[in-house]
Amino acid sequence: MSFGSGAMTNSIREIKDCEVLFLIGCNPTEAHPVIALEMKKALKRGATFIVADPRKIWFAKHAKVYLQHKPGTDILLISAMMNVILSEGLEDKEFIKNRTEGFEEVRELVKDITPEKVAAEVGVNAADIREAARIYASQSEKTAIFYTLGITEHTCGTDNVRTLANLAMLTGHIGKPSTGVNPLRGQNNVQGACDMGTSCDKLPGYQSAYDPVIKEKFGKAWGVKLTETKGFSLPEMIDEADEGGLKAMYIMGQDPVMSEPDQHAVKRALGKLDLLIVQDIFLCETAKLAHVVLPGASFAEKDGTFTNSERRVQRVRKAIEPIGNCKPDWEIICEIAKRMDYPMNYASPKEILDEVASLSAHYAGINFERIEHMGIQWPCPDTSHPGTQFLHKGKFTRGLGKFFALPHRAPAEQTDEEYPLILSSGRTLYHYNVGTMTRRSESIAQKTNDCFVEINNIDAGRRGIINGEMVKIITRRGEVDARAEVSSKAKEGVIWMPMHFAEASVNKLTIAAFDNITQTAEYKVCSARLEKLAG
Amino acid sequence: MAKIAITINDKTIKVEEDSTILWAANTIGAQIPTLCHDFRLKPVGACRVCVVEVKGEERLVSSCATKVWAGMVVQTDTERVHNARKAVIELLLSNHPTDCMTCEVCGNCTLQDLAHKYDVRESRYYAKPTGGIKEDRNRAIQFDSSKCILCGRCVRICNEVQQDEAINFIGRGFDMTIGPAFNDSLLDSSCVLCGQCVSACPVGALVEKQAAGKARAWELEKVHTVCGYCGVGCNIFLNVKDDKVVKVTSEVGTVPNDGNLCIKGRFGKDMVHHPDRLKEPMIRKNGNLEEVTWDEAFDYIADKLQKIKDEDGPDSIGCIASSRCTNEEDYLMQKFARAVIGTNNIDECART
Repeated sequence: MSFGSGAMTNSIREIKDCEVLFLIGCNPTEAHPVIALEMKKALKRGATFIVADPRKIWFAKHAKVYLQHKPGTDILLISAMMNVILSEGLEDKEFIKNRTEGFEEVRELVKDITPEKVAAEVGVNAADIREAARIYASQSEKTAIFYTLGITEHTCGTDNVRTLANLAMLTGHIGKPSTGVNPLRGQNNVQGACDMGTSCDKLPGYQSAYDPVIKEKFGKAWGVKLTETKGFSLPEMIDEADEGGLKAMYIMGQDPVMSEPDQHAVKRALGKLDLLIVQDIFLCETAKLAHVVLPGASFAEKDGTFTNSERRVQRVRKAIEPIGNCKPDWEIICEIAKRMDYPMNYASPKEILDEVASLSAHYAGINFERIEHMGIQWPCPDTSHPGTQFLHKGKFTRGLGKFFALPHRAPAEQTDEEYPLILSSGRTLYHYNVGTMTRRSESIAQKTNDCFVEINNIDAGRRGIINGEMVKIITRRGEVDARAEVSSKAKEGVIWMPMHFAEASVNKLTIAAFDNITQTAEYKVCSARLEKLAG
Repeated sequence: MAKIAITINDKTIKVEEDSTILWAANTIGAQIPTLCHDFRLKPVGACRVCVVEVKGEERLVSSCATKVWAGMVVQTDTERVHNARKAVIELLLSNHPTDCMTCEVCGNCTLQDLAHKYDVRESRYYAKPTGGIKEDRNRAIQFDSSKCILCGRCVRICNEVQQDEAINFIGRGFDMTIGPAFNDSLLDSSCVLCGQCVSACPVGALVEKQAAGKARAWELEKVHTVCGYCGVGCNIFLNVKDDKVVKVTSEVGTVPNDGNLCIKGRFGKDMVHHPDRLKEPMIRKNGNLEEVTWDEAFDYIADKLQKIKDEDGPDSIGCIASSRCTNEEDYLMQKFARAVIGTNNIDECART
């Protein structure tokens, strides 16, 4: 929204040349281990790291400035950094003047947000905020921001992202090699799924599903008249199902019972559907509730493309025949469509990608032949275009970069006497999301295969909890038992749990509160308490 | 960067001034053998198998660790070079097992290839090597100390690239080996089981434990594809034999990962052939999911969806695409929602 496209602005290979890396709400050594290797190269070359994260992650130990801020205070922290930059005259006036709009509102907003004023609420030293701001603004031209779900999984997630964009525009740190704003995408094809128009309001290529001209174009290509009615996002679908408005769901390759917040409510809603179709490679928790279960093929059993975090569209190749009687997901969809009297006749995924290219400017120049040996990074407007290494060179996708003046908003749930701790959740190195894949690997499961909760030494000491003992984690929505991992990794007052374990699902605890724009759930903040197990 | 002229095998070329001789020779296709060298690592010049002759230098120099200078004249394949390399290989084989016929990496071993190329049939200094497969309860990485040539690539990739500092050299002389502190299990060290050491090993000392004994190198078909885990999009090769994925490898030089992989990418392939995989469509009958034919499942779904669409309207149906599936499949799922059902109720798991 600030720049006009949602993706990493730089390429992975530019990371090693960054001289200042500002990591906020991301943990690359665990969630993106091979991107972390590029960052480690930068570290070896003497790059300066600023790390802001409530957990003392690997890079925190190697950072010049480490800000162990309280979950949910990102906007305050970044605004205070902008305050320092403006009060010390470190902003890039030329860049602001020529390439952006809306700056004055932001100047006005951060005028009084000094580090000293917010330090206590953010939970870090004012001097550290000042130092971080100075390093970010003026140490080097090659300065990049990296973030992931630690920034987005909040009720103010979109505001967090736009505030980071403000910081980058304020200093002109965008649109150059090794200089930009980089969301590291979590799943193998999350970038591609978004590119393909799998959101209620976006058609492929981020074209508005409600724009009459665009609807006309797609309607013509598909031989139908597209609906005017606004669609529901997944959390809204779950609510609708609960209230009886939604009768059927067709879910491919996702396990909302495990991955959506407030598991109890999700199960209740899905249980009310007249028809629940789940297409997956394993009988996941959601499939256990389904009326129909369809066996899909894994990535090793089909052809197609994935788009990675740096917008690179790459070939996925069939290596083995589908296991048992399972089928590639695209074949299944085509067959159902056919039986509902809508012909979907594709000889292979190659033809499907050609159709995407004909309808989406980002992918217009991409086809199977061109990516045979190496993937191409979108935007790629025609078949002679080499692809785009970094975005926003000279001009933003939307024209002028837009500053958004966004005040801090508190998380949906506040700690109190009954629930005094903040519970945050995420992913570890050894397991992947809901764990259906990695927990079935013998060598990986050997490293970790039980749910744990990271507790700060001080919090553990107060409660008489010792490292390794089983404890109960309780929120307003449920309770879960897990093994205590006591260390200084967690911030005092904050506990953290991984999301991989069905038998101790952290989403029995999390809150169904969502970002007002993207509908992303606030997995990073809810209120909890810890209890020792009886006996 | 400034370019300078050098002459390799009587051919004059211009190369960047910080190139090594090895790099420069590569650009004109002059083959120089290497063992301790890996483009992902800083050169150390330990194995001496890459030695070349440089005009004006009394001794042979290691091409991997020597930078070019203006006017340098290099010969990569003279008799003197040939003899030196042969001697190095003979010394390496003096305490290396001669069990190539049963070795895991037979056909994919740099030392074996060099012995063949330089015709080293046996070592005059041979003494039966000590050591063997180390007992370690980890199920990912297998180390055979008798096969280790101490090139240090595993140690360096662990320290320089991975920066986990889990393994190092242990002991001195003939007793020297590599391993974690106190030579404990890798599971008791800072090792994260990324297997980068396996990817760097030029011989059969470090191999994927699960793949051991499953296939000869030449039986494996390597299918170039993309890892199915996180959003980095590492290029991988699924090594397939008899329709089974035996192991996962990568290659130096691939974009974006340059041959590097993490534990999930390298060792997370078990799920493909796991017995829990769904193999048949199922419909819930009398409360239980029962296996049915595809035909029955397709008809059931088409009928039910059509009925709900007709009775309650298209917006009473929701479709969910997947960040795990391919672009083509996600495209079809949103097209299915919009064109077949007639609703904008489409979403994916981008937010989790």
